[in-house]
Amino acid sequence: MAPVLSFTGRGLYCPAGDFHIDPLRPVDRALITHGHADHARPGHGAYLASEGAAPAIRHRLGDIRIETLPFGTRHRIGDATVSFHPAGHLPGSAQIRVEAGGEVWVVSGDYKTGADGLSEPFEPVRCHAFITECTFGLPVFRWRPQAEVMAEIDAWWAENRAAGRVTVLGAYSLGKAQRLLAGIDATAGPVLAHGAVEAMNAVLRAQGCRLPETLPLTPETRGRDHPGALVIVPPSAMDGAWTRRMGPVSTGFASGWMQLRGVRRRRSMDRGFVLSDHADWDGLNSAIRATGAERVFATHGYTEVFRRWLESQGYDAAVVEHGAERGAGLEDGE
Amino acid sequence: MKRFARLFDALDRTTRTSAKTAALAAYLGEAPEEDRLWAIALLSGRRPKRAVTAGKLRDWAAEHAGLPAWLVEESYPVVGDLAETIALILPPPQRSEERSLSGWMAWLETLRPLEDEARKAAIREAWDGLPATDRLVFNKLLTGGFRVGVSQKLVTRALAQATGIEEPRLAHRLMGDWTPATTTYDRLILEDDPQDRLSRPYPFCLAHPLEEPGALGLPGDWLAEWKWDGIRGQMIRRGGELYLWSRGEELVTARFPDFAPLLDHLPDGTVIDGEILAWDSAAQRPLPFAQLQKRLGRKTVPKKLLAEAPARLLAYDLLEAGGRDLRERPLAERRDRLAALLGGLPPEVPLGPSPALGFDSWEALEDLRATARERRAEGLMLKRAGSPYHAGRKRGDWWKWKLDPLTVDAVMIYAQAGHGRRATLYTDFTFAVWDGDALVPFAKAYSGLSDAEFAEITRWVRQNALQRFGPVRQVPPQHVFEIAFEGIQESPRHKSGIALRFPRMLRWRRDKPAAEANTLADLQALLRRHG
Ligand SMILES: [Zn+2]
Ligand SMILES: [Zn+2]
Repeated sequence: MAPVLSFTGRGLYCPAGDFHIDPLRPVDRALITHGHADHARPGHGAYLASEGAAPAIRHRLGDIRIETLPFGTRHRIGDATVSFHPAGHLPGSAQIRVEAGGEVWVVSGDYKTGADGLSEPFEPVRCHAFITECTFGLPVFRWRPQAEVMAEIDAWWAENRAAGRVTVLGAYSLGKAQRLLAGIDATAGPVLAHGAVEAMNAVLRAQGCRLPETLPLTPETRGRDHPGALVIVPPSAMDGAWTRRMGPVSTGFASGWMQLRGVRRRRSMDRGFVLSDHADWDGLNSAIRATGAERVFATHGYTEVFRRWLESQGYDAAVVEHGAERGAGLEDGE
Repeated sequence: MKRFARLFDALDRTTRTSAKTAALAAYLGEAPEEDRLWAIALLSGRRPKRAVTAGKLRDWAAEHAGLPAWLVEESYPVVGDLAETIALILPPPQRSEERSLSGWMAWLETLRPLEDEARKAAIREAWDGLPATDRLVFNKLLTGGFRVGVSQKLVTRALAQATGIEEPRLAHRLMGDWTPATTTYDRLILEDDPQDRLSRPYPFCLAHPLEEPGALGLPGDWLAEWKWDGIRGQMIRRGGELYLWSRGEELVTARFPDFAPLLDHLPDGTVIDGEILAWDSAAQRPLPFAQLQKRLGRKTVPKKLLAEAPARLLAYDLLEAGGRDLRERPLAERRDRLAALLGGLPPEVPLGPSPALGFDSWEALEDLRATARERRAEGLMLKRAGSPYHAGRKRGDWWKWKLDPLTVDAVMIYAQAGHGRRATLYTDFTFAVWDGDALVPFAKAYSGLSDAEFAEITRWVRQNALQRFGPVRQVPPQHVFEIAFEGIQESPRHKSGIALRFPRMLRWRRDKPAAEANTLADLQALLRRHG
């Protein structure tokens, strides 16, 4: 019997239902875990996503044919049954459960196990085989509670306000930016959002996410008009020309990679905050255990090392092989 | 140790010198005295011998964290720092214990006599009591090495801010081989103990590299001499004793008994700046650096080596005469007094002047420079005739005008990730030359490419690695790099039989196929000419 999912040059493929999951190249029918660019790509014939993930996917990809499913609802495609389950990575982000010929496989997509106050919390799904991401699949990555990190950011912002500096915080525009907005004490001062972030704020607000009020950062924005402001910007815009209009600034960045001093220094920010939308070492291990799966496939990160670890823990473990290796340690669009 | 951990974090977090200086000055203003002294010692490279090897520490940490050793080993290249890797994998502390920096340094001493098992138990117990933030610093104390971009100059400046004492005086007080065990903060920094002062060298005056002398003005305002390829040193005769210091602030008197007779010939209160060389008295020129290196490896020198590679000091400058500090006097005057002093010495003593070179135009000097290698020099030094002897590196008065390096085109065969800042890039490469059909490794290099080039080669290594040996990747012999180096010598320890001095990548030869890289025979020819 054919496996429920196979690994092809186009990505994960389900022969029983004739569809792909987060495909790498254009296909007829694509199931998408969430709206990040390395998962939701343009050019597919038809899209299927969770209700909560669809708005961001639509916003990013424009005019596409997309259907949605609520979390937990079973849906038949050919000889396969699929359903979406919360991955806790960002609002609407899903794991995808695929059942065919009496066997259940689950594709984790990107996930984290700690609650972030905004995304639907990660839900373990029992399965025979689990395809897990392992972006931070090394024991050096362990996150502190979100509340502590948010308090650190609040304290840094307060310090900057007292010193008359504008606070510039870098974060990915979908997910991390909103998580920060929801987690910090946004009443402490004016909060400005860069265009890309503000657009995503609008998408998520429209689907019911409660976010504090933000002001758009425009070419007219001057630092002196917003004393003590916090500006949230995507990483690519952190040293744009706009910073010169802000007056004295302090820069920070929020990402799991900030755990490493070497990466912090290479970023040459004033501050690095360890905050990730991916599971840490303990999160990965507990999530895998909770699925009850005997077979585990590692993808998206330190796959070979993580596979060897899983094998030493008694799993039938393998690496998802398709296309080029994603470089370990490269910035991940979390 | 919380306070020191905070200082470490503050120094590590910023690349701005002013912020580092302020953080260190604040620490020096508030920390207990014995901690201050340790902080200064550690930041100026005076670290105690490591209490445990890196390999053992890694294994013990793995055991403590309940992880297989191989997994910790795989994590290390991602982090790029062993102390940090260990700090990150350890389980949360069981209790909280506060001990001062000097308290921990004393604790380290108690580890030394212990058997491995006892040492392991002591370290694991310590880990359990340390908050996560202090563990990194603690591990650094165990493994030695505090590279946080703090120069001696920065330490001096911060200390000046904290104490109100002028920088040059502090720079002088911090010289020498003191350790917190041999002195106190009061004695070293505040009182300036006269006994310590006797042996203490002056801060060395250092030169900036020069590309081209045209902009220096009139040749007549400058003094030129060879830049010798030995060890910069300071010879001190004070209080009836002779002291020889290397630029690394190491007292090397005992390693060079050759100089002992000078005690009888130099007047008390004399300090000479010069170059320590292994000397070929028949040819009246230095022996290759390799000969001198043989002597450096040993604390006591066998007679045979003393005869084969006798040491000589070629004097550049006179810093003190008759107990008077001459550093503010113009160089021309200091050189005159040096000549007078050396002129009175009998010919058999191992001390002579580094001759001043006559030249009337920059072109003439350039011709002279081209002959440096034949004289076993690295190039020329240019010093302004009216200049004082500065403390440290100050732009404008002293220049080093080195020869262009020797180069070969070599094939990259292994790559390894860098450390610290470069932990996520492949930056450490092994290079080979052809020996028939085989590639023979002969050098490692990790500097000289741009960030963009390192990023590009990193992508290529990831996609093309043939085999892995721990953190090392074997790659297809495809890319050619021009490798520059300062010297070449015979080395039976290397597969190629050759060792290079200061190899680095000059440029990526994208235009050259691997087959056109240099051969072992080419290297051997360079060895015959320049070795
Ligand atoms: Zn992803
Ligand atoms: Zn994602």
